[in-house]
Amino acid sequence: MFAGSRKLPPRPVLLALTACLLLAMLAASASGAVHIPWRDLPRLLWGTLAPGDELLHNVLLDIRLPRVVFSAITGAALALTGAAIQALFRNPLAEPGLVGISSGAALGAVAAIVLASGGFFLIAGSAFSGSLLATFLAYSIGRRYTGVAGILLAGIAINTVCASGIGLFTYMANDSQLRDLTFWSLGSLAGADWRTLAWTGPWTMALLAYLCSQWRVLNALLLGEREAAHLGFELAAVRRRLIVVIALVIGPLVAVTGGIGFIGLVVPHLMRMLLGAHHRVLLPASILGGALILTLADWLARLLVSPAELPIGLVTSLIGGPFFFWLLLRGKASGQNL
Amino acid sequence: MRRLLAVLAVLVWSGAAWAAPERVVSLGGSVTEIVYALGQGDRLVADDESSLYPEDAQKLPRVGYYRTVPLEGIVSMKPDLVLASENAGPPKTLDRLAQLGVQVQRVSDGPSLDSLYQRIEQIAGTLHAEAEGKTLANQVRDELAAAQARQAPARRAVVLVNRTGSFMGAGGHTAADAVLRLAGMENALASQNGYTPVSTEGLATLAPDLIIITSTSLQASGGLDAFKARPDVSVTPAAREGRIAVINDLLILGLGPRVAQAVSQIKDVAR
Repeated sequence: MFAGSRKLPPRPVLLALTACLLLAMLAASASGAVHIPWRDLPRLLWGTLAPGDELLHNVLLDIRLPRVVFSAITGAALALTGAAIQALFRNPLAEPGLVGISSGAALGAVAAIVLASGGFFLIAGSAFSGSLLATFLAYSIGRRYTGVAGILLAGIAINTVCASGIGLFTYMANDSQLRDLTFWSLGSLAGADWRTLAWTGPWTMALLAYLCSQWRVLNALLLGEREAAHLGFELAAVRRRLIVVIALVIGPLVAVTGGIGFIGLVVPHLMRMLLGAHHRVLLPASILGGALILTLADWLARLLVSPAELPIGLVTSLIGGPFFFWLLLRGKASGQNL
Repeated sequence: MRRLLAVLAVLVWSGAAWAAPERVVSLGGSVTEIVYALGQGDRLVADDESSLYPEDAQKLPRVGYYRTVPLEGIVSMKPDLVLASENAGPPKTLDRLAQLGVQVQRVSDGPSLDSLYQRIEQIAGTLHAEAEGKTLANQVRDELAAAQARQAPARRAVVLVNRTGSFMGAGGHTAADAVLRLAGMENALASQNGYTPVSTEGLATLAPDLIIITSTSLQASGGLDAFKARPDVSVTPAAREGRIAVINDLLILGLGPRVAQAVSQIKDVAR
C-alpha cells in the first residue's frame, strides 16, 4: 500500500533535502545583523585572525553558529514529533503546538521558574512533566471522539488551561524573574549557545533516532489499531513508550525556546505529499524538512527587521496558519475526513 | 627609543581605558531620556522601542524592545558601551554581550525618586559626565521642591490608562503611584499591586476627587468630552467638579527627570 501512495523516489528527495539544509545553514551562518563578507568566512573559521577579526570571529562562532545548529535541531525535533504524533493519534491535525503538548511544557517550565526559582535541570524536568501530562490528556480525550474533532477540542482545552496558568504565574511573578508572555506564546531561539547545545543536542538527537527506529509500528498504526495489534505489536506498551519519548523531546526544548508553532503540522504534511506515508522515509524526511524550514524561518526572523528581531513563532505561524486553512478547506472540498 | 615607545604605549592604552565611551546603545526609555538630559545624546548609536523622549531618540536605529533585545543586533551597532535598564533583558543576552568584550552597565530603573537619582549618577559616571550629572540631579531636586511647595489640597486620585479599550488603573509600586504621592495626592488604588483593570462600576465606587488620564488613553477613549460623558466617569466627584487632568503618558507612567512637570500639572488640576 505504501509503494502505491509514494509520489517521488525517496533517495533523491532525501539527498536534495540534505543539500538544501546544508546550504541554508551555510547561508544562515553567513548573514545576520553584523555584516561578514562571504570571502572572509574561511579565514575566520580556519585561518589566522587579523587584529580586527576577533569580533567577527566571535559573532560567527559564538553567536550565529550555535544558533543555526540549534534551530536545525529544534526544527527537526518539532517536525519529527509532529509526524510521530500524527501516526500515534491516527490524526492528521495532531501537532505539539495545536494539541497542547508545547503549552503543557511551557506551563511546567513557568511553574518551576516562579514557584521554585529552579535551575535549568529542574525547569527542564518540570517542562517534561507538563508536556507528558498534556500528551496523555490529549490522547485520552482524542480517543473518545471519532475524526479530528476530539483532538482539536482536547487541544483547545489544554491550550486554554495552560495559557491561563502561564498568565496567572506571570501575574504572580515580578517580571524580571520571568521572561515575558510572548516568549511562551511565540518562542525565541535567542537562548542558543554552545552550553545549551552541549546537552540538548545529543539528548534530542538520540531520542529522534529512537523515534525513527519505530517506523514499523507507526506504519502498522496507519492501518488501524486492531490491525496493528494483529500484526503483533503490543499497542498499549508502544503507545506509552512513544508518548514518554515525545514528551522527553519536547519538554526540555520548550524550556529553552518557548512555544514555536506549526512546524510539526506543516512539515510532515509537505513530506507526505512529496513522498507518501511510508514512515521509514517520512520520518527522516521530516527531520530534514523541519531542520530546513526552521533554519530558514529563523534566518528571516533575524534579517527582516535587523538590527531588531522578529519573534520566531510569528514567522512560523505566518507560514503555518495559511497552510492550516488550506488543509481544512481541502478536506471539506474533497469530502474526506482529512 | 624603545623605552619611550613603551611609555607611550602605556599612556595610549590607559588613555583608551579612561576615554569616555563613544558608541553607546541605550536600552530602556528611562535610560535614554537621561542620556539626552545629560547632553550626551550624540554618543548614542542605537536605542530601543521604548525610547520615545526626546524626539531625537526616535530617529536612532532601534534594536527591538528592551526586555527582549537581540544579541547580534546590538553587536552590529559596534557599541563600546551598552547602558541597560535593570529591567532590560534577556539577562543571558546581556551577560553574553559582556563576554564578547562590550562594556555593559546596568542602571537602576525602579518607580521611585531614589532610583531616579541613582540612575542619573550611574549614567553620568559611566559616560564620564559627572559634572553634568550633579547639575541634572540638582535641577531635578530644585524643580521638584518648587513644584511641591505650591499649595494644593490632597485629593483622592486615580490614574487611568486605556490601551486596549478598557481602563487600567495604576496601583501601588508603579511610577504613577510615586508621582501621585510626590504631588501630595492619595492614590485610591494604592492597595492594588501594579496596573489593575478598573471596571465601570469600580470607578463609580472608588469615587475619586481627581482623575488623571494619559493623553493617548484619552484619544483612545474618544476625546475629553466623550470621556467626561461616560456614565462611570460622569458620576464621580472628579467629573462633577471638573478635576480631570490629561497628562502625557511618558510624564506620568515613568518617573524621570521631568517629574516636577508631572507634579505641577497634577496640582494645577487638584486646586
